[in-house]
Amino acid sequence: MTSAEKYVTAAYLVVLAMILLYVVIYAFKLARLGREVEEIVQRLRSQDGKAGSPPQRDPPARLSRQ
Amino acid sequence: MLVVAGVALAFFWVPTTPPPEGFRQRIFYIHVPVALTAYACFGWAAWKALRLLWTRGERYDLESYTAVHIGVIFGVLTLVTGSIWARTSWGVWWTWSERQLVLFLILFLFYSAYFMVRYSVDPGPRRANMSAVYALFGVVLIPVSVLAIRLAENLIHPVVFTRDVDENLTASQLATFVVCLLGTLALAVALYLNELTGKRLDRRLRELREAIAA
Repeated sequence: MTSAEKYVTAAYLVVLAMILLYVVIYAFKLARLGREVEEIVQRLRSQDGKAGSPPQRDPPARLSRQ
Repeated sequence: MLVVAGVALAFFWVPTTPPPEGFRQRIFYIHVPVALTAYACFGWAAWKALRLLWTRGERYDLESYTAVHIGVIFGVLTLVTGSIWARTSWGVWWTWSERQLVLFLILFLFYSAYFMVRYSVDPGPRRANMSAVYALFGVVLIPVSVLAIRLAENLIHPVVFTRDVDENLTASQLATFVVCLLGTLALAVALYLNELTGKRLDRRLRELREAIAA
């Protein structure tokens, strides 16, 4: 492999490595967002549990109209 | 896919140019598209900044910021691939005597400083306006940087896209360049859209957390 071939390959590999690094960092960010969504869901579920029985699906007003 | 196709064409299809350029000319197919993509990202950021200042649409702030971020990434790649080419061609990694290199570095540093300016102000309309004005000022440097390559007295940096482009590039070289350019532009658009979606999701999650806490 000549010196020019090494440098050209290095140039392309640098671009590939940079894009891969970006994708990895972005994957970590998406994983963090996923954890935060899960945390919010858990918090809402625990709040519902503390509030007692789950809310009724049909409100009384609608029932009285029927 | 376009990027992979472009790299494959650059390595296996395009014939090696005669000396003195020879094999190292293949850096052209990654360096120039990446540089043009960086300019396109900064231009897109400036357009979104202009829309923000014109319409006061809040969403343009995030779009402009994301475009600057992607542009800076492609700016880093431009500087690195350009340095590698300089090392093979001129024997040095960098030379301060070349105006076009220094001007691109100034452009890159200007947009790198965008993040410092942005995060020195609390979130809100003031930060959005300040960032938009900064992004708009930066776009002025793009034509200066592009023209510097053509107007520089010391022509070490090669100029390929002139009126005699047919003489400078063969049909296969031009086709490979176009594929590489489309590939890097498509890559930049994909990265931009993904990052924008992530940032919007992040912002909405923060708002949701604050609403729950309240």
